[in-house]
Amino acid sequence: MLKKTPVCAGLAALAVIAAALLFSDPAFAEPAAAAPALPPINKGDNAWMLTSTVLVLLMTIPGLALFYAGLVRPKNALSVLTHVFYTVCIVILIWCIYGYSLAFTGGSSIIGGFEKIFLKGVTADSQAATFSVGANISEYVYITFQMTFAAITPALIVGAFAERMKFSAVALFIPLWVTFVYFPIAHMVWYWAGPDAIQDAAKALAAAGPDAKAAAQAKLDEVMADAGLVFQWGAIDFAGGTVVHINSGIAGLVGALLVGKRTGYGKELMPPHSLTFTMIGASLLWVGWFGFNAGSNLEANGGAALAMINSFVATAAAAMSWMFAEWLVKGKPSLLGALSGCVAGLVAVTPAAGYAGPMGAIVLGLIVGVVCLFFVTTVKNALGYDDALDVFGVHCIGGIVGAIGTGILVNPLLGGAGIIDYSAIPPKVADYDFWAQLISQCKGVLTTLVWSGVGSFILYKVVDILVGLRPSVEAEREGLDITDHGERAYTM
Amino acid sequence: MKIVMAIIKPFKLDEVRDALTAIGVHGMTVTEVKGYGRQKGHTEIYRGAEYAVSFLPKVKIEVAVDTAQVDKTVDAITAAAKTGQIGDGKIFILGLDSAVRIRTGETDAAAL
Repeated sequence: MLKKTPVCAGLAALAVIAAALLFSDPAFAEPAAAAPALPPINKGDNAWMLTSTVLVLLMTIPGLALFYAGLVRPKNALSVLTHVFYTVCIVILIWCIYGYSLAFTGGSSIIGGFEKIFLKGVTADSQAATFSVGANISEYVYITFQMTFAAITPALIVGAFAERMKFSAVALFIPLWVTFVYFPIAHMVWYWAGPDAIQDAAKALAAAGPDAKAAAQAKLDEVMADAGLVFQWGAIDFAGGTVVHINSGIAGLVGALLVGKRTGYGKELMPPHSLTFTMIGASLLWVGWFGFNAGSNLEANGGAALAMINSFVATAAAAMSWMFAEWLVKGKPSLLGALSGCVAGLVAVTPAAGYAGPMGAIVLGLIVGVVCLFFVTTVKNALGYDDALDVFGVHCIGGIVGAIGTGILVNPLLGGAGIIDYSAIPPKVADYDFWAQLISQCKGVLTTLVWSGVGSFILYKVVDILVGLRPSVEAEREGLDITDHGERAYTM
Repeated sequence: MKIVMAIIKPFKLDEVRDALTAIGVHGMTVTEVKGYGRQKGHTEIYRGAEYAVSFLPKVKIEVAVDTAQVDKTVDAITAAAKTGQIGDGKIFILGLDSAVRIRTGETDAAAL
């Protein structure tokens, strides 16, 4: 019986990978024949993207892992650390086998195809588009950079059901979730043909004679339509407000509701066991987030610098607004408040990083600190759900504030960078339309909430049927470190 | 012989040790403990979740002394551990039937 052998879940995940590798065609490793001559990649951009990729890994391990571990009780510290570390490793493998292909190749506007399964056709000479015409980076660095995003997003979820989800359930849920929720959302929000393809088609249209006009227009329309659904709606998300934060936040809330409250929640003391770890983790998150946000610019230029300064000021503003609001309302300014505000600010500035101006980013930070404080204290207590580490309250709510805020702050009149129209020759900042942009942003948010909310619900149910979500009450009382992993964080 | 057991504020431990050394008491056993008396606990708030912490950290010292020394010992501890605030702690005196020094086998007063 599968239910009694939880190791099946982990083995099943690995078996899928092993089987996939066994059946993979060795011919896939061969380079694509007769690739067109491409301009040399920019070494500066490439170097920045290599660095950014490593920074995003630093955010996750040890950053996020320590941030979470410090917030749980000592008997579950290793459990949370293991969840995060496992998630990173399993998603790295899945990403290279089929994840990258599903997220970042054409196919439909909902999900990509299997064109690059097993990274078929990708070599050290392959190039990936950036946000500038004629400026490409190595496809391998683009793959690894996006891989770290796919890895951190499900790792965020585990905080919501921390301290009462079996490892076997997590081991099964994570591969399912990235496959059916993350890859489609990443494709819908971020996949597009790239600036070169659009610019080439636009130039062809401009050069076309009267008789070729219709064909050239059709070609341009086709290139513009070779993009994810949310992208086509015009919703902008610089570094993952929808894809990473709303996506993981709502999945966390659904998980927390389905698995139920921790035994003793609301009656027993469950204070964080080491805010020192949490401080180290939050600070590593901030440092690594420069790779996340400034790296999402894909080029080491002024856009990356804008994303960097925004990621400084919005974060500091949110940490201060949370801390001072808490001081006013609760009577004491807490370190945990400042750290939570820091993360909320980073979340909110994620979609806005390359679009807002620095002063707009400060306003965004000041707002999100107070909004998230309200959600993790007042709303959570009023509704009584046990989102253990506030994944919903900080990531989903902060992500929504950021996504809507981005649509407003991108306005050049508010100091924003505007949205580039790549079909203009040369590309230029498009006219800003407040309502159109706001509606696009809301559609992006709602799509993510519904897809991830419903998708996660189904996947949790599947996992519950196959291996069960919850440990026994005795195992939970004993602590997941001992009952799931046979080891303890602290020996005294 | 008596056991003098004192529950004191943790930061007073060194002063108490010095005071006891000064009156010729050489040796004590120290344990970190938690408890409450008239001093109520405090409230901790983590992201809006309030926890009433009713057990406060204290240090328990145990000293075995000759009956004749009990009063001096109690006076020394009282003087050293006192701050005048609620939560200074308590001293309990218990009877002690016999004592043995493990290394030499000496017993009772010679073993203290």
